[in-house]
Amino acid sequence: MSGSEVISRLKRDYIYNLMLKGEREDGRQFNELRDIALETGIIDKAEGSAMVQYGDTQVMVGVKMQVGTPFPDSPTEGVIITNMELNPIASPDFEAGPPREKAIEMARIVDRGIRESGAIDINKLCITEGEEVWMVFIDVHVLNNSGNILDAASLGAIAALMTTTVPSEREGKGEDYPMPVREMPVGISLVKIGDEMVLDPTYGEESVCETRITISSNQDGSICSMQKSGSGSLTPAQVVKASKIAKEKGEIIREKYLLEI
Amino acid sequence: MSDKPERFIDDEGLRLDGRRVDEIRPMKVEMGVLSRADGSCYLEWGNNKVLAAVYGPRELHPRRMQKPNEVLVRYKYNMASFSVEDRIRPGPSRRSTEISKVSGEAFEPVVMTQYYPGAVIDVFAEVLQADAGTRTAAINAATLALADAGIPMKGLVSACAVGKVDGQLVLDLNKPEDNYGQADLPVAMTQDGEITLLQMDGHLTPEELEEGLEMVKKGCQQILEIQREALVSRYGNEDEEGEEAEEESPEEVPEPEEEEDEERDNSFDNEESEAENSDENDVTEEDEGEEDERQ
Repeated sequence: MSGSEVISRLKRDYIYNLMLKGEREDGRQFNELRDIALETGIIDKAEGSAMVQYGDTQVMVGVKMQVGTPFPDSPTEGVIITNMELNPIASPDFEAGPPREKAIEMARIVDRGIRESGAIDINKLCITEGEEVWMVFIDVHVLNNSGNILDAASLGAIAALMTTTVPSEREGKGEDYPMPVREMPVGISLVKIGDEMVLDPTYGEESVCETRITISSNQDGSICSMQKSGSGSLTPAQVVKASKIAKEKGEIIREKYLLEI
Repeated sequence: MSDKPERFIDDEGLRLDGRRVDEIRPMKVEMGVLSRADGSCYLEWGNNKVLAAVYGPRELHPRRMQKPNEVLVRYKYNMASFSVEDRIRPGPSRRSTEISKVSGEAFEPVVMTQYYPGAVIDVFAEVLQADAGTRTAAINAATLALADAGIPMKGLVSACAVGKVDGQLVLDLNKPEDNYGQADLPVAMTQDGEITLLQMDGHLTPEELEEGLEMVKKGCQQILEIQREALVSRYGNEDEEGEEAEEESPEEVPEPEEEEDEERDNSFDNEESEAENSDENDVTEEDEGEEDERQ
């Protein structure tokens, strides 16, 4: 899919044949995550920030906030805007310039995870009804794409939000307060190989598996967003299987990394 | 836009527009409505009005985008600025860019891309009036436009959404259900039940997901029937369907001895196209009436 031009045919065949045998290039099981590292509060200038590593993949997320006007149909609600930069330092196949469809799609998947889970109580981001609300900008910066930047971005986004302080004093709007976070959605991506679903794909695995599904789940095990991406298809049974893995692994990640914050 | 209704489903199990939970909105389709396009389809689904056109296979520029071994399927979903209550700014938005991407991918498993290497098939889906479920409506129209253009496909793609209101799963969300419902799960499927598009937002339990996928499969099957009928009524009986569908761009070359349908494509016949227009007007009035009733 993404790096087809960058990875040699030989390597692609190698990874593909390995996966058909049920093995992976880095020796993991199909349902095994890479080592994850999460660090928050790394950028002082940002209202909230996080750095996530999934194996060699590195993604940085910064949250900035500004006072803005609410949308006319939701006068008491703060505004969330998620953007994703596929920075050219992160991969030979990323180019400089405004986000293209791939980056837009991923930003919207991260955004839906946060938004649909109700992770942020947006009514608590209202300053004056109908006039002033807080606008939350979640900016995802991919620093090294070694596969599955989407899950790293999802984890980084919620972690950064959980460490965000609303900068009321700076803007002369009263006292600072912590971001009203009430849910911790975790996004989990799997790619399809044959009938199998493979968790946390590497860059090489992403380039040979054309179908990805990303599922975000909440603390109660419910699903808040899903997206199939890529040129292949999935059976309903595969979707259900993926949702179960996403729920199970989501819980593990939430407990190990997010509840610590 | 109306305010949030107190209840979406009444004691008799009927929804705000009188449908049962597993019932789709009425759908009307007409193929071959645009004379310049290689294939086209106009589709109405509830109050949605969608027009899809296919151009190609044709040469792809810029050349670096060409795929050496297969044809590129390019899908553009666009909403007319007047299609919704508050005018939307013309041109691509982040939403439409994403929908275009995933909708195009919904066709990749069925279009036989090994033909026409290096070329492009452009699919344009234009939402003229939006009333919940436009991406699925656009996909349903686009499938038929592709068939109308004679693009070789392994089968048709049918799309439908399932959602949740009042804690209950419902098929094919209408506007209030879409705006205030608890979940929305649009799905596109091949006729073999393979999922080629899947998005979801809201709140679903794992059990609801399984049930919802079952339900949406039935919805897609109903739509597939409507699409089949449209194909058959345009291209003769079912036996001939395959043959006709594989024929390349029947609209391009006016072949004199072909069947009656061909004439209509070329729109040389004024009477015929006028008749078509007035048909469409009738439909418009009817639909607006429906909307008034509901609101």
